[in-house]
Amino acid sequence: MWEYSEKVKDYFFNPKNSGVLEGADGVGDVGAISCGDALRLMIKVDEPTQTITDARFQTFGCGSAIASSSALTEIIIGKTIDEALRISNQDIADFLGGLPPEKMHCSVMGYEALQAAVANYRGETWVDDHEEGALICKCFGIDEAMIERTVRSNGLTKVEEITNFTKAGGGCSTCAEGIEGVLERVNAEMVAEGVLAPEMAFNPQAYVRPVKEKKVVPLETVLAAAPQPEPEVRPEPAPSPAAMTTLQKIRLIEETIEQIRPSLQRDGGDCELIDVDGNRVMVRLTGACVGCHLSSATIEGVQARLVEAVGVPLLVVPATPMH
Amino acid sequence: MDPVYLDNNATTRTDPRVVETMLPFFTEQFGNASSMHAFGAQVGDALGKARKQLQALLGAEFDHEIVYTSGGTEADNAAILSALETQVGRDEIITSAVEHPAVLSLLAHLEKIGRAKVHIIGVDSMGRLDMEAFSEALSPATAIVSIMWANNETGTIFPVEQLAGLAHRVGALFHTDAVQAVGKLPIDLSSSQIDMLSLSGHKLHGPKGIGALYVRKGVRFRPLIRGGHQERGRRAGTENVPGIIGLGKAAELALEYMAEEQTRVAALRDRLEKGLLQRIGNSFVTGDPSSRLPNTSNVAFEYIEGEAILLLMNREGIAASSGSACTSGSLEPSHVLRAMNVPYTAAHGAIRFSFSRENTDTDVDRVIEAMPPIIERLREMSPFWRERDKQAAGFNPTYA
Ligand SMILES: Cc1ncc(COP(=O)(O)O)c(C=O)c1O
Repeated sequence: MWEYSEKVKDYFFNPKNSGVLEGADGVGDVGAISCGDALRLMIKVDEPTQTITDARFQTFGCGSAIASSSALTEIIIGKTIDEALRISNQDIADFLGGLPPEKMHCSVMGYEALQAAVANYRGETWVDDHEEGALICKCFGIDEAMIERTVRSNGLTKVEEITNFTKAGGGCSTCAEGIEGVLERVNAEMVAEGVLAPEMAFNPQAYVRPVKEKKVVPLETVLAAAPQPEPEVRPEPAPSPAAMTTLQKIRLIEETIEQIRPSLQRDGGDCELIDVDGNRVMVRLTGACVGCHLSSATIEGVQARLVEAVGVPLLVVPATPMH
Repeated sequence: MDPVYLDNNATTRTDPRVVETMLPFFTEQFGNASSMHAFGAQVGDALGKARKQLQALLGAEFDHEIVYTSGGTEADNAAILSALETQVGRDEIITSAVEHPAVLSLLAHLEKIGRAKVHIIGVDSMGRLDMEAFSEALSPATAIVSIMWANNETGTIFPVEQLAGLAHRVGALFHTDAVQAVGKLPIDLSSSQIDMLSLSGHKLHGPKGIGALYVRKGVRFRPLIRGGHQERGRRAGTENVPGIIGLGKAAELALEYMAEEQTRVAALRDRLEKGLLQRIGNSFVTGDPSSRLPNTSNVAFEYIEGEAILLLMNREGIAASSGSACTSGSLEPSHVLRAMNVPYTAAHGAIRFSFSRENTDTDVDRVIEAMPPIIERLREMSPFWRERDKQAAGFNPTYA
């Protein structure tokens, strides 16, 4: 569940100014049904004073889209056109007591609808900056100018932030590279203008983009490159006891136990080497072996195998199971 | 007013009888099954019984074919990764476009790191698997086929037995994510060809954080989690004793209620669908009505958005879920509905109602009554509603 502020909930459950505004002087449509949200803003303007006297909205979208639309109408009613045009998407979010980051695009939609409605009132076609620059995100129809404006007005420095604010890159994510390019350029300009600290700016060198290559590497290559978690059991001839170092002895004990384990595992048990202290070999028996009447027999069996393999007298002792 | 809970595919209420069975294993019988004293032995016996209970629900031939896991997600991961390791020389995986992220995200990752080549098989508008594409994807390079038994969003059932047979022809292993099927459909693994099957406790009135992977005897297996020798070395870590005991009891109860699931629960679901479609125009049921889980209904309401619907339903005390982008944090609508080519006009407004044996006739009445004003209210607010004839040209719901 999203963490919506009380004000967002209130504007969703009791939206103000929803519905059609008959005889509107300006209408702005943004979004599309395929995007999952769309907004139509309708305004009435008092000609002599250039004041917005009424505003209504129709919205297809989630709770915060409806709340943002309604908030927008509340914010702009009573304002002059010039005042209204200075409202940013952040102002809409602030009015609502904040929006979850993933929902910031709802406030951007409000901002755009207002621009579109005013342009429509003035008899202009809104310079829809979705068509101004190159289309970056095809899934959501977001272009370069839109990303640039959102980066600038919100001081964004991360690709994920751009996705949260504009949706760009939130679909197939093939445009990740394009978004990075815009972010890098705009952040650099902002640094040059002195509005962004250089260390805050997006740094493509430090950013690792998820690779989307579809290359099949042969299994052997992968296995060879991967660290080997389990030591190979190599059946080497036992060195003569006299020539054997302590290390060699321990290795040999280890290897022998590894060879015994499969037969224990078949019966639902297992045996693990804990320590070697001189000729005392500490093992832990687990699974079905524990508490089994035959566990002493198993210990003896392990001991016999070890003595045979290592060629020196050994005493196998069970370690207390600990968990 | 009591809340109406119709989100049982997300999770179920742990049955009070399950909780009761689990409780002593937190307090008196807290021992570790591997310990060599009375505390451990008591627990060992109880675990054995719980294993038998789950075995019975699955109709498995041997109880040691069950490997307990932390849930469905872990079981899915364990099955697929094990197959890549044991099926030496094979590095292709076949799956469907409508799997749970527990499978799809893992496979996307394996593909990204170059560990496997993944074939994703599409579905038709009712969510039925493209059998032709499936057969074509099979090859001697296929390590494993992982296809879910029943879809969590639409309830559509895949012909897993048939798919397993086809997979075996090329020497591939067959795994099925049966998280939504176990407890809702009769299952008999002893007479099946399925090699591995994932299930999850919290979907069948058991506790959360416990699940299992069934691994047919004779199928080679490599553990996902290494360490101690619990679960015969196939899943290390001290057993989640209360969880396993709870899952056992939940399995026993699921078997007891199996017939009811097929009859009473299915009838509730059908009555809800009929009631909603009769009262609300421009709505339709997604999925395959002829092969569907008895408890699941996914209804798409056109021209409105799912999250907004859920928020209003929640205010009426009704809990369901939506495949809508807005509820999941992703920006695309449900990958399942998109794979089925449900039009955008409807995919954003799809609501999943999922029942359980705990639902009643009153629940259905409440929802049938509450939904029409909610839908109408949002449609009145939507800029597309009045212009729908222009929008909807050429759109034909699968059935209504
Ligand atoms: C089909 C399917 N697979 C896997 C899972 C994940 O199961 P779990 O929550 O036990 O990890 C779910 C549940 O969300 C599911 O519906």
